[in-house]
Parts: sequence; C-alpha cells; structure tokens
Amino acid sequence: MKPTMSSVKIYPLGDAAIVLQLGEEIAPEVHERVKAVARYLEQHPFTGLVEYVPAFTTVTVYYDPWLVSQKGELAPYAEVERHLRQMLSQLPASAATAPAQIKEIPVVYGGDFGPDLAFVAQHTGLHPQEVIALHTQPQYLVYMIGFAPGFPYLGGMDPRIAAPRKQVPRKVIPAGAVGIAGQQTGVYPLETPGGWQLIGRTPLTLFDPQRESPSLLNMGDLVRFVPITEREFASWKEGAYEH
Amino acid sequence: MSIKITKPGLLTTLQDLGRYGYQKQGMVVSGTMDKFALRLANLLVGNPENAAALEISLMGPKVVFQEDQVLALTGANLSPRLNGKAVPMNRPVYVKKGTVLEFGPPVQGSWAYLAVAGGFEVPLVMGSAATYGRAGLGGWQGRALQKNDVLPFRNQLTEQVRQWPQKCPPEKAFLVANWSVSPQILPTYQENPTVRVLPGPEYDLFTSDSKAAFWQTDFHISTASDRMGYRTEGPVLRLNQPVELLSGAVTFGTVQVPSSGNPIILMAEHQTTGGYPRIGQVITADLPVLAQARPGSRLRFLEVSLDQAQTLYCEQEQDLERLQSALSLQLKKWTTAIP
Repeated sequence: MKPTMSSVKIYPLGDAAIVLQLGEEIAPEVHERVKAVARYLEQHPFTGLVEYVPAFTTVTVYYDPWLVSQKGELAPYAEVERHLRQMLSQLPASAATAPAQIKEIPVVYGGDFGPDLAFVAQHTGLHPQEVIALHTQPQYLVYMIGFAPGFPYLGGMDPRIAAPRKQVPRKVIPAGAVGIAGQQTGVYPLETPGGWQLIGRTPLTLFDPQRESPSLLNMGDLVRFVPITEREFASWKEGAYEH
Repeated sequence: MSIKITKPGLLTTLQDLGRYGYQKQGMVVSGTMDKFALRLANLLVGNPENAAALEISLMGPKVVFQEDQVLALTGANLSPRLNGKAVPMNRPVYVKKGTVLEFGPPVQGSWAYLAVAGGFEVPLVMGSAATYGRAGLGGWQGRALQKNDVLPFRNQLTEQVRQWPQKCPPEKAFLVANWSVSPQILPTYQENPTVRVLPGPEYDLFTSDSKAAFWQTDFHISTASDRMGYRTEGPVLRLNQPVELLSGAVTFGTVQVPSSGNPIILMAEHQTTGGYPRIGQVITADLPVLAQARPGSRLRFLEVSLDQAQTLYCEQEQDLERLQSALSLQLKKWTTAIP
C-alpha cells in the first residue's frame, strides 16, 4: 500500500473553504485519494467543519472560521490547513474498502424514450443495437455528483459511441433521461433544459429530497445500464419493481 | 395564525440560512441572499437566527396579518407600509389582526426580509426551509409565493411576545418599538459598492492586463442577474492561454469567468460545482453588501488578504453574538415598559 499523499496541493477558496488537490487528471488512482479523504472527513469531522464536496481531482472543505478560531491556536485557515495536513500524513493513498456494489440503472433505449439514438447511431456509423450494446457493456464509475442535484459524472464510456452535443439545446429534458455529450454519458435527475443527445430513459428517481440519501448515486459508486422494455418501464413507474 | 398573500410581489420566497450538508450530492445550498439581514430580522423578534423568513425582492407583496403578530423588516428599504403608514425598519413592530403590510418604491437595496415572532410553519426539506425553486423544493410548496397563499405561523410565541397585544393602545393597528439597532452594526450597504475580494484559485492564469482591470475598473451588474448569480459587464477578462479545467467546487461569492470574459459572481442559489476559471472570491463579510446591489449598479473589487477576510468574518460573528444578547435583554425591557 502506498502511504503517500505528499504531492497534495492545498489552497483557499475564499475565507471559508479550503481545497485539497489530489491529482491533475481524471483517473481512478486520483479518485481513490478523493474517496479516502471524503471517507476520513465523514468519519472524523473537525470542529467548524460545515461540509465537503468531492470532485474529479479535489475535495473542497467548507468550514466556519469563527468556530475554528474559538477552538484553534492559529488563524482559522492555518489551523484547518494544519489539521488537514495531519490527516493526509496518516491517510493511505487508497480508501482500502471493499469494492463498491454495482448499481443497475434500467433504461428503455430509443423511440420516444431516446429520440437521439438514431442520430448517435448515424454519427458513429453503428447500428442502434450496437450503440445500446456498447452503452450497457461497461461498469461506469461515479467520479462526482454536481451540476444539478443527483447528477452523476460518469467515467468509463466507450469512445466509439461519443457524439457531440445538440446544436440547439432542448428546452425541456425529462427527469431520468439518459444522454451522451462528447465522451461523457449521464442521467438527468430533474427536468431541465439541456443539450445532450438522449438515447434512453430510466424509470428510477435519481434525486428524491424525501429519501434518507436524496441522491440515488454517490461519488465512488459503480453503475451499469440495463436495457428494459417500455412495458417494464411502465410497471416500474407503478412501483411493481420497487426494491 | 397566519398571513395571507393578496399580491405576490416580484419574487417573494421563504428562506433560511441555507441547506447545508448535501452539496456532495449536488444539492444547491440556496437560502437567503443577505445572511446578515435575515439573521437580524429573526433576532429582532426573538427567533433563532436560522428561522424561515420571507425574502422580498424589489417590488414587494401585499400581506394581511390574520392574527396578532410581531414582525421585523430588515435588508433593502422597499418603502414598507402598515395600513398605508410608513413603518420603520430594523426594529420589532407589533401588529394587530387585519393589519395590511405592503411595499412602495424601492429606495435602497434589492432584498428585504420579513420575520415574524416564532417563524413560519413549513416542513423542513433536507434539514432546511429554504426555497430552491429550480428543483421545486423547500419553502412554501417549493415555489415563490402566489396570490391567496396562506402561510401559517409556528405556534410557539414566547411568553414576552404573548403579552404585547395587551400593551398596544386599542385605537392603534400597530405599535413600533421606540428603539432600533444601531446603524453602525449594519453592513455598509451602498448603491455602488466596493466589495473586498480574495484572488481565486485561477487568478494567475489571467493576463496581467485582465488582472489589473479586475481591480481597477468598474463593473456593472447586469439585468440578467438572479438568485443564482450576478452577471457583470465591464472590461473583458482574458486568460494567458485557453485552459480546460476539471469541474470543482464553487461557492457563494465565487467570481468565475466564462469564455465571454464577463465575470459572473455566484450567489445564494449557485450550483455546487463548476468548471470556469475563478478569478476571485468575494469575502463572506461583504456578501450582504454585494447581494443588496441592484442590476445597473457599479461594482468595484478591492483586494484583501485571507487574514483580513477571516478577521472581518469573525468580527461580524462577534457583533451578531453581542447583538443577540443585547436584543434579548432589550426585548424583555421593552415588553415590560410598553404602557
């Protein structure tokens, strides 16, 4: 096990947040470090910690300088930085956890559910069934959640199904829409405008404020898309396939 | 035990200090645009500072009190009137059932706050009463107030507030406290403010001309601004070379520069992450002043050090703590002193 997190860059984001930069590129090793830091902060919150936001290469830690100043000996930023450096020196470079469970996301591909499947097929020179096969094949890694509540940034899409964004974004994309934009694939948790090529739709609710964990997916999860029929989609929506 | 909205105003929402703890799930913090004003409004009526209050923008609503209540108005001066008479801000006001609160021309600032003693009764969503309109959650049914909405009060008036009705002369519809908080404690709200800023993580990626322009030139707040962000117009800011940044966290006060070169300052309803270069970060102590600046206002950025910013942060917190204890004494005194 590599015990080093020595190359970490640390800098402020304003007067109430500090950024730990744990790498320079989107990569599973960097993600492991992000996960290790997030896990540590979850289990060992310090006085004045407000919350933390993991991203591709960074963990941003929000803190309350007033609370930190009452407890610490140094100025608030220096105090938090010292605390986090100490944390990093003890942290293994990987979260060393059991492999994440794979979450399956059922998707109806094509038709009204994925109006741009034909475009993606045409653009890539593949048959629509091949696009579906390539999209459902990999295990995707949830690098981070951002942009909108519950929106997963997924890594692992097969570059053969990459397709450009729509020139004119749609005014409304329904919740659950599964799309492709460039080298990325994702699922829209809420109804929003957007420019992704929509290839399918899931009946799952990706974001539900009433759920104990409102976001279905979390940073570090593994995801696989599973094709279903329109009939299965309808039954799912009626709750027949709950749990 | 409620107020009825008879005119909704431009944008009236229920807000508290925001929804924290879920940004890692992409959940927007939302909450008040002017934290100082919301906290002050609550303290003036004896509430915990995080209670839900009405945030009122520029053109205020018309509201009927369906029960006796104590209110406080803080933040922007939008010419508040009770039954047609001007009512002063930054102090508690006792109002009788049937009293009508409405607003006139906006005199100063963008966001006014109305707190009532005990607060408003709304379910907390993910621990907060803040409205987040884009996801339709929190606040009053996840949306801005509409005509005929009836907002219930929390039925938890303090003992002292319960005594106020007997103290108001029968011929009067409302009674204004004969004291208010010292103006010295308020943020220095200005029409064309200078806000203090720390250089952002990508500051050094900007050209030296752009860096100089950032500190030395006026920016105007665009009319295309909202609770999510204040867009600015002014000198176009450029990077030394194009850069592809990975998405990372952004926060209230982050000054980000999209490819247009016109900075956008992220406000209360900002997204949790973004990928534009961050040239600066408005210090927390000056966010109320920034929030209250109106579309069309001139804005200047003044560089300060992180140490200064955190000292100012702590001073503001200290002021509010002192104010809280002073107010709780004053509220007791006032109650017993009312004729």
